[in-house]
Amino acid sequence: MTFPRGKLIAIMGLSGCGKTTLLRHIGGALKPTKGYVSVAGQVVHELDQGGMYRLRRKMGMLFQFGALFTDMSVYDNVAFQLREHTNLPEELIHDLVLMKLHAVGLRGTHNLMPSELSGGMARRVALARAVALDPMLIMYDEPFAGLDPISLTVVGDLIRRLNDALGATSIVVTHDVQESLKIVDYVYFMANGVIVAEGSPNEISSSNKNFVRQFVHGEIDGPVPFHYPGGDYRQDLSL
Amino acid sequence: MPVVRAMRGIGRRTINAVWRIGTAARFFFLTLVYSGSGFRRFHLIIKELFSTGVMSLIIIIVAGLFVGMVLGLQGYETLKRYGSESALGVMVALGLVRELGPVVAALLFASRAGSAMTAEIGLMKATEQISAMEMMAINPIARIVAPRFWAGVISMPLLAALFSAVGIFGGYFVGVVQIGVDEGSFWSQMQSAVDFREDILNGVIKSFVFGTAVTVIALFEGYDAPPTAEGVSGATTRTVVTSSLVILMLDFVLTAMMFGGK
Repeated sequence: MTFPRGKLIAIMGLSGCGKTTLLRHIGGALKPTKGYVSVAGQVVHELDQGGMYRLRRKMGMLFQFGALFTDMSVYDNVAFQLREHTNLPEELIHDLVLMKLHAVGLRGTHNLMPSELSGGMARRVALARAVALDPMLIMYDEPFAGLDPISLTVVGDLIRRLNDALGATSIVVTHDVQESLKIVDYVYFMANGVIVAEGSPNEISSSNKNFVRQFVHGEIDGPVPFHYPGGDYRQDLSL
Repeated sequence: MPVVRAMRGIGRRTINAVWRIGTAARFFFLTLVYSGSGFRRFHLIIKELFSTGVMSLIIIIVAGLFVGMVLGLQGYETLKRYGSESALGVMVALGLVRELGPVVAALLFASRAGSAMTAEIGLMKATEQISAMEMMAINPIARIVAPRFWAGVISMPLLAALFSAVGIFGGYFVGVVQIGVDEGSFWSQMQSAVDFREDILNGVIKSFVFGTAVTVIALFEGYDAPPTAEGVSGATTRTVVTSSLVILMLDFVLTAMMFGGK
């Protein structure tokens, strides 16, 4: 699996197929038992803590439900990394935070607390926080989960625009086929921890592979069974 | 074989317990190691001092007052039998500064601040805030744990001292104001019998040890909690139960070391 610089790539697959695990490997939160992950020429699991932290400063991650710090305001959430990792004066941090919030359309929320935001707004604030240090790699863990159609389009559009504006590489782990096919450059399909299909959005949309077709078109019949494996139904009902 | 199963269960629990103690010890060690960067963020310690120390004031003051009043009442009833009512001040003060102040304040601290710390950190873990911090290349032990640890260690002796002071006032109120023990003997006997190093300093050492123990238990339980609602609630319960038992156990050990055989 390769993620070229400047590209926006989706990783799709059923729940539990290893998508988030893959992100955690890229971020260095997990060590692989086999194989390796290389980011900007550095093998992630071989780095010591200092090296890992230096690499992570070049990464941004959007968690599924934002993972905003609930004891800080929107402003402080976005300013968090700037204060921790830079010696910038507070006036400059102020301007940078407002610019990041403006980019996600939420400059007016800077005084609010995370509990005062809707799910979509929290996701956008988290996105502003993830790009606070202009990372070279941005990872999105289910960025569309639980969003209404408008928020979903807004977040999708933001992911594309931020990737292009920053010249970053973006990896989107998602179940949302239709929204992600609109914005990404390339798609990997995973099942049981391995890549089962890959291609551009057009190739994926027109794929004849049974698994991809079932997933993209949301069909009930296909290689992915509806029922979780179990015992004999009649026996379970004592018939 | 039920016997083999039982033996296996005991063995598994023992291994788990030893493993957990080891993890907690490593956690405590890392907290101390990263305390330097915690102190560089001193404003965080101040903030935590407010939420652990200042927010515990009400429960400490109210409890201290009532414990002191009960001590005054019970002490008077007992001392009266021996005609030593004038020693009421000594009894109240020694009982509080040596034992009840540090122990009861630590038990209240574990219930109020310890459980809050566990729940807060457990919820931070459940909502991926700790993972987010790690992904931002910020060490959560330095940023989240160390300031809370030092806030707990600093605030516990202060709360225990306040508990004892308010308790003495409670004892004075019941003994002198309500019952009519002589005010002069209440204070003067207390002044002559309570030794700063033997009594007050040992009480402070006790509360410092209890504060360290409670805070480490609370922070470890929160940090180690499974990221689910059930996991956080279980961790909170464990904080209160374990802290209470550890406080009482340490109290015996410290009392034996400080006052035993004298």
